[in-house]
Amino acid sequence: MGVTMDNTREIALHVEGLKKYFPIRRGIFQSHVGDVKAVDGVSFDVYKGETLGLVGESGCGKTTTGRTIIRLYEPTDGKVIFKGKDLAKLSSNEMRHMRKSMQMIFQDPYASLNPRMSVFGIVGEPLEVFQLANRQERRERVAELLELVGLNPDFMTRYPHEFSGGQRQRIGLARALALNPDLVVCDEPISALDVSIQAQVVNLLEDLQDKLGLTYVFIAHDLSMVRHISDRVAVMYLGKIVELTDRSTLYANPLHPYTQALLSAVPVPDPVIEEKRQRILLEGDLPSPANPPKGCNFNTRCPKAIDICHEVEPEMVEVQPNHFCACHLVKPVG
Amino acid sequence: MAVGIDLGKPTSQHLLEVRDLTTRFYTEDGVVHAVNGISYTLDEGETLGVVGESGCGKSVHALSMMRLIPIPPGKIEKGEVIFKGRDLLKLSEEEMRHIRGAEIAMIFQDPMTSLNPVLTIGFQITESLQLHQGMDKAQSRERALELLDMVGIPEAALRLDDYPHQFSGGMRQRAMIAMGLSCNPSILIADEPTTALDVTIQAQIVDLVKRLQDKLGMTVIWITHDLGVVAGMADRVNVMYAGSIIETGPVKYIYGDPHHPYTLGLLGSLPNPEGSMGVRLYSIPGEPPDLVGMPKGCPFAPRCTFKVERCLHEMPMLEEIEPGHLAACWEKDRVRRV
Repeated sequence: MGVTMDNTREIALHVEGLKKYFPIRRGIFQSHVGDVKAVDGVSFDVYKGETLGLVGESGCGKTTTGRTIIRLYEPTDGKVIFKGKDLAKLSSNEMRHMRKSMQMIFQDPYASLNPRMSVFGIVGEPLEVFQLANRQERRERVAELLELVGLNPDFMTRYPHEFSGGQRQRIGLARALALNPDLVVCDEPISALDVSIQAQVVNLLEDLQDKLGLTYVFIAHDLSMVRHISDRVAVMYLGKIVELTDRSTLYANPLHPYTQALLSAVPVPDPVIEEKRQRILLEGDLPSPANPPKGCNFNTRCPKAIDICHEVEPEMVEVQPNHFCACHLVKPVG
Repeated sequence: MAVGIDLGKPTSQHLLEVRDLTTRFYTEDGVVHAVNGISYTLDEGETLGVVGESGCGKSVHALSMMRLIPIPPGKIEKGEVIFKGRDLLKLSEEEMRHIRGAEIAMIFQDPMTSLNPVLTIGFQITESLQLHQGMDKAQSRERALELLDMVGIPEAALRLDDYPHQFSGGMRQRAMIAMGLSCNPSILIADEPTTALDVTIQAQIVDLVKRLQDKLGMTVIWITHDLGVVAGMADRVNVMYAGSIIETGPVKYIYGDPHHPYTLGLLGSLPNPEGSMGVRLYSIPGEPPDLVGMPKGCPFAPRCTFKVERCLHEMPMLEEIEPGHLAACWEKDRVRRV
C-alpha cells in the first residue's frame, strides 16, 4: 500500500500547531508558575483509510496528542479539523455528537472497562447514550459487533473480569465500533498484551480497517509493531514531531538523529543480525517537558549537536517529497 | 567468596543445576501449577535467557530458586537447586540469607517498587555491604560510590544521598543493578529489568549489563517476554510455557531453527525486522492455559497446529535434536521454520 502525500487523497484529519500545556500551580493561592508542555506545536494530516503511527518514548506527548485530538483534553492552542469543522472550537454538545465519528481504544484493557457492567452494557452503551436503538435492536447490534471482533455473542451477559487481556481489548474495540466511527485513535492498544496475543489484535485491527474503511491514529512505543501496521509514521520527542514520512522511508532512511538512535535501540529477534549491529547509545534521559532545553529539544542528548542547535529551534521542513524532518543538520535535497 | 558448607550429597560440576523444580500455589480457586518439574544447568560466565509470556512460570522459577515465594500459599513441592555443590532448597533460612545478595543477586522489573522510597539510595546500597561484607560506614560508602560510578550514574557523589523519587526510571534501574552487584555475586538474576523502560534506556541497560559481565565474569539469568532483548545477549535460551521448559538450546538454534510449535509461533508473531511489510502476522490461536486445571497431555496442544492424538494424552519430555538443543514435542521433527 504505497502512500503518496498528494492532493488527490482525501484528508480525514488535519492537525495544525496543536498545543496542550498543563499548568503547574504552587502555593496557597495556586498561582500559575509554569507549564508542562506536553504537546508543543504538532501538525500533521491523516488521510482517509490510512494508519498514521505516532511513536516516541514515554513522556514525549504521543498519548496527550491522541487525547487532545478527540478533546478528552482541551487544547491550549491549535486547530484540529475533522469533517470540515475545527474541533477545538466546538461546544461540548456539538463535540459530543462529533464523537460518534471518532472513537478511542485504550492501553489498559483492565482499567478501561467498567467492572460492574456486563459486556452488553459496555458495548451497547454508546447506542443507548445517543438513543439510536431500543433494547432489542441493541442486543442484535452488540451480537453483531462481538462477532465482528471475534468474540462469541453469548459472552454478552458476562462481566469484564471473566475475560483475558486480549479478549478485553476486543470488547473495547467493539465498543469503539458501535457507532460506525470514521476515525479510531488507538492508544497503545497492544502494549499490555502478551506477544502471542498482540499479533491477534493487530491482525484484527487490520481486518477491520479493510472491512470498514477505518482511519487509525496508532499510538505506540513499539517501533517494530508500528512499522508493521502504519502507512506513515510520525516520531515524537518532547512534545514535538521530529520526523514524519511513510514507513519504508522512515525505517530505511531515517534522517533525524533521534529517529536514528531510536531505531538502532530496538532489539531485533535474530541473534545473527544482533551480533553485527552497531547501536547508537543515547546518553542521559528525557529532559523535563516543564523546562525544555533552549533551541532544539534534543540537543541535550544529540550526538551530532552543533552550536546552532543550542540557540535556534529547528523548523519542520520537507527534506524530500513527503519526508518531513526538524533538524538543523538535515538540509532539503535539490 | 564465602566457602560453602559441603553437604556432601548432591554434587554437580556446574555452577548451578536445577533438577525437577516444582512449585505450586494452593489458592481458594484450586492448585496453581506454576512451575512443573524444570531442570537445567548453568556454567560460569554464561548468560541464560528465560523467555515466555505472563504466567508461564519464568519469574516464579527464579523466586523459587531464591526461596522468595510466599509460603503459604506457595509451596516448593520437589526438586533440587544445586549451587556450588549445595542444595539451596535444603539450607536453613539463616544460610540462605548469606546466599541471597552475596552469591546470587536479583534485580526486578519495577525499580520504583523494589527500592524503599523513604531511604536514600546510598543507605540502601551500603546496608547490604555492611551486612554481607562486614564493611564499616566509611568503607561501604566509598564502595557504594564506586558502584554507582561503575553503572554510569553521573556525579555519583552528589547523588548518593538522593531518594529514589529523585532518580529517573533508568537511573533507578542502574541503582538497582549497583545494589545487585555490591557483593560481587556469582549469579545475577534479572527479572524483566528493562520492561518498564523506554527502548533507548533499555539499550543503555543491556549494554551496561554486558560490559559488567565481561568485566566481572558474572553469570546472568535474564528473564523476559521480549525475544528481541535475549537474541542479542544470551548464550542459551529456555523457552517456557505453562510452567515447563518446552525448548532449550543455544540462542542461534532457538531463533534460527526452532523445533517446538510454540517457539515457532512466538517468532512468527513478531513483525519481521527486515520489513516484509503488508504481510499478515502469524498469530497463535487461543489463549495460554489456566494453570489451575491443567490439561492432560501437552499444555500447548489446544493451541497447536501440529497436534496429533498422542499430544492430548501424553506430556512430551525434552528430547535432544542436536547437541544442547532440546524440545518437548511429539512432532518436533515436523516443526520447521519456513
